[in-house]
Amino acid sequence: MVASRANSSNPARIPALGVRVLGAIALSILLMVLDHRQDHLSSVRQAVGAAVYPIQVVVDSPFRLWEWIRESTSDRNQLHLDLSRLQAERLLTSARLQRLAALEAENARLRGLLEARAQVRDEVRVAEIMAVDANPYRHNLVIDVGERDGVYNGQAIVDADGVVGQVIETGLTTSQAMLISDPSHALPVEVNRNGLRTIANGTGEFDSLDLPFLPNNADIRPGDLLVTSGLGGAFPSGYPVAVVRAVNRMPQRRFADVTATPSAALDQVREVMLIWSSANKPQAEAQATDD
Amino acid sequence: MIRLRGSGRLSVIGTIIVALMLMAVPLPDGIDAFRPDWVTLTLIYWAMIMPRTWSVGSAWIVGIVLDVAQGTILGQHALALSVVVFVTVKFHLLMRVFPMQQLAATVFALLALYQFLLFWINGVAGVDAPAIAYWAPVLSGTLLWPAVSVFLRSVSSRVQLR
Repeated sequence: MVASRANSSNPARIPALGVRVLGAIALSILLMVLDHRQDHLSSVRQAVGAAVYPIQVVVDSPFRLWEWIRESTSDRNQLHLDLSRLQAERLLTSARLQRLAALEAENARLRGLLEARAQVRDEVRVAEIMAVDANPYRHNLVIDVGERDGVYNGQAIVDADGVVGQVIETGLTTSQAMLISDPSHALPVEVNRNGLRTIANGTGEFDSLDLPFLPNNADIRPGDLLVTSGLGGAFPSGYPVAVVRAVNRMPQRRFADVTATPSAALDQVREVMLIWSSANKPQAEAQATDD
Repeated sequence: MIRLRGSGRLSVIGTIIVALMLMAVPLPDGIDAFRPDWVTLTLIYWAMIMPRTWSVGSAWIVGIVLDVAQGTILGQHALALSVVVFVTVKFHLLMRVFPMQQLAATVFALLALYQFLLFWINGVAGVDAPAIAYWAPVLSGTLLWPAVSVFLRSVSSRVQLR
């Protein structure tokens, strides 16, 4: 082949090339094993991540700038419209909140009667999604908060409408999150109507979740709201996840074919909320009991 | 052989950083899969032109940075880039005298090798990805190779004049 001719015509042009590539391969395999099997390399990732951060900021900045220009030049009319819409929304939500306060008090009283552990409110923090594309093989996002802000691995992320995903990797100032639509993501959920518990798997598409473990006679129908059950430990319970879209009962199979539409607009979110769940974060619990 | 000192090295690093940025620029959903492997194309070019300066070691370091930026398994891109650059350096003299079509075919093969290594590592690690994520960048990368090489040639000639 041409290859061998080139090789023999200039022997040892680049010294120790073979040794170098073997070393690189061995080192890569060692890193991959360490990274995949255990979580030993987070400090390495953080160190390199510090070098990557400026790149992400530069990539993200034109989008930020564009948003800023759009906001600051949007005309008076639009602002008026926005204002009235927001006021109407605020009225609605505050009306709902009034009822919520009463319900919460009632719930606490009932829990007291049952001597159950009082539910603690979760702490939240708003994070912005950076306009940076990450892993081509996964449904990932990069958010602009990191370990410095107290973000931890496995932390739940929601938006205004429902669960978005969870943190899978924390850097110092940014983190990567996996969306619930990622094919390798599974989320313990329950049907809000009757408490039926199951697992919602990602499908690789933003507008679809799969519920593979429901028997044919399960009490579930299109339109049912799925909320987090809190059983997996990563997500606090009671956050909306998806609405059942189709239930296909197939007598010849063991399980029904159930698909659901995520409540959160997974491919459109720009701002998300991180939840410091009371069950997960010992500090949060300690703080909450002080209150 | 082109020999570069300080400023030359800096401008090569500059092109690599630009390539890393292009890997992160958000693209619309459908086109997303067709993002060419900018970093790989850049490293192939520099390994072909300056195999003594830009060889396996630098490819490995760039690969680690790419792994962290993309959140893939640490070492995945590093391994694939090292191997691709190794092959490039091995054949750099041939590749320099190749006519356009033949060079494009070689780049196609290198990109395919690169994606195969990524695919293989994903398979071992249990990362499931649609097939388009692997072959689309090979096609788009080969199509964009002439543009990339013309641009990088202008960079290297400008550096040489200094």
